[in-house]
Amino acid sequence: MNAHTGTIRGKERYRSGVMEYKRMGYWEPDYVPKDTDVIALFRVTPQDGVDPIEASAAVAGESSTATWTVVWTDRLTAAEKYRAKCYRVDEVPGSPGQYFAYIAYDLDLFEPGSIANLTASIIGNVFGFKPLKALRLEDMRLPVAYVKTFQGPATGIVVERERLDKFGRPLLGATIKPKLGLSGRNYGRVVYEALKGGLDFTKDDENINSQPFMHWRDRFLYCMEGVNRAQAASGEVKGTYLNVTAATMEDMYERAEFAKELGSCVVMIDLVIGYTAIQSMAKWARRNDIILHLHRAGHSTYTRQKSHGVSFRVIAKWMRLAGVDHIHAGTVVGKLEGDPNTTRGYYDICREDFNPLKLEHGIFFEQSWASLNKLMPVASGGIHAGQMHQLLDLLGEDVVLQFGGGTIGHPMGIQAGATANRVALEAMILARNEGRDYVHEGPEILAKAAQTCTPLKAALDVWKDVTFNYQSTDTPDFVPTALAAV
Amino acid sequence: MKLTQGCFSFLPDLTDDQIYKQVQYCLAKGWAVNIEFTDDPHPRNTYWEMWGLPMFDLQDAAGVMLELKECRRVYGDRYIRISGFDSSHGWESAKISFIVNRPPQETEFELVRHEVAGRAVRYTTVRRPAPPTAP
Repeated sequence: MNAHTGTIRGKERYRSGVMEYKRMGYWEPDYVPKDTDVIALFRVTPQDGVDPIEASAAVAGESSTATWTVVWTDRLTAAEKYRAKCYRVDEVPGSPGQYFAYIAYDLDLFEPGSIANLTASIIGNVFGFKPLKALRLEDMRLPVAYVKTFQGPATGIVVERERLDKFGRPLLGATIKPKLGLSGRNYGRVVYEALKGGLDFTKDDENINSQPFMHWRDRFLYCMEGVNRAQAASGEVKGTYLNVTAATMEDMYERAEFAKELGSCVVMIDLVIGYTAIQSMAKWARRNDIILHLHRAGHSTYTRQKSHGVSFRVIAKWMRLAGVDHIHAGTVVGKLEGDPNTTRGYYDICREDFNPLKLEHGIFFEQSWASLNKLMPVASGGIHAGQMHQLLDLLGEDVVLQFGGGTIGHPMGIQAGATANRVALEAMILARNEGRDYVHEGPEILAKAAQTCTPLKAALDVWKDVTFNYQSTDTPDFVPTALAAV
Repeated sequence: MKLTQGCFSFLPDLTDDQIYKQVQYCLAKGWAVNIEFTDDPHPRNTYWEMWGLPMFDLQDAAGVMLELKECRRVYGDRYIRISGFDSSHGWESAKISFIVNRPPQETEFELVRHEVAGRAVRYTTVRRPAPPTAP
């Protein structure tokens, strides 16, 4: 399928009129991507009757220099350098009518250190292009030369752990529930109880900003009373993600400054504030030694369906560049979408310094992060203490486990809920480090720990049968095949 | 109050056998093991006193256990913690830390509130003075 179609060159290339994209220089099957090229992998679903090569070349063209007709002004530029080049098109295994198109972009096409500029090119125009039924950005290879133009996570996993003085285990959090309607005074009560009971963090939910029932200053004041009380009661560093998401940058800076004045170690933003605002807040967080938590509010509108949109692995890459410290990246076992292998791919993107190509995890390219700080993934949504062995096995140690309902819904109260989670976690880490087969012995390890911890026993009794077994929609297209030994 | 710093403070105090296994885990990972002690476990007190240098290149946790025994003999009335340090690129930091000795009377903290404008409070965590002992 990857045959030449004959790029037209020289004078003929610039004759006025309409020309196929694949003949304009946007399909170059012999092109070898440079180390400094940005590479994008798209899943292209052409309209019926549209040649997949032409459709892929069109994606390259419309995401770089092309317009629908030949323009003579191309000749005033080094046009061939600036044309994105589709260099490979493969059929998607098991999905007739879909094609993986590999497209290389010269580094000069992008403003250094700007996610807004990168995305305006790569996803700016092309997703509504008529000859395509659907289009999905599956993965990107970001050259080191480009990675190095970004700040990266303001704090990073290593420094976050050093600041919090917490090593060797996942961090524990909870989102305050109900997510809407509590007054500041009652809200702070939940923060205090959960932190005193043993959590490291509590969290505002994505839509807690400044509403009639609780204005932001009131929330911040009561929350910080709760944090400081819990810190004094436990002798341990505690934090609460104060959501500074607001209508304008000025409002967000004002809220973040107030959080800093009150001594908060962390602030929070939502993905819906936009890439530029996220980068601004990441710079603010770096300047002020404050951890920046990102809630991926809204992402499922474009990440979940396999045929159209942007994969979350790409969003995770952009957010590591943009400079947030925490990102919600899935739980696998909880209530929200998350295939185990695909989720593993997201976690690797957040935490590793180098990602090898791993198709079975949805990773299509090698990616070096060039010592950019590591980004702490957050697992949140429908998880509870009884799943601790699975969570540790699937998600590892450098993760924030957020038990919202699993803390606040505990039959003996919020402190007991927090204690149950913390005891379950510590018992599992102890067992893992001792070399036990904790994944299989998990239920026994928890039952044993519950013998000296009534809250854990109650948690295990209440939630023992809760699972969310639904088919994932976003799964890898490649499965490893076992090769027979010869 | 039980000070809940470290990896295992919500579990019953670790036995020496359990400590041995955790240290062995660190050694198997190639981490240097460090023993530290303090009578000031304030959450912001990063630098506990070092009991000698971190132990590099050990094979058997028994060496650490001997040092721990010695440290306990001298500073048994203080907090003692063990940490494992990973010097590999990209971490270069502690990878585990847990308390292995507590004083008979645990340290208590309280908040000092300095009230400022706009209902804001500047909080300081301070050690609560020990209750007066009977004469």
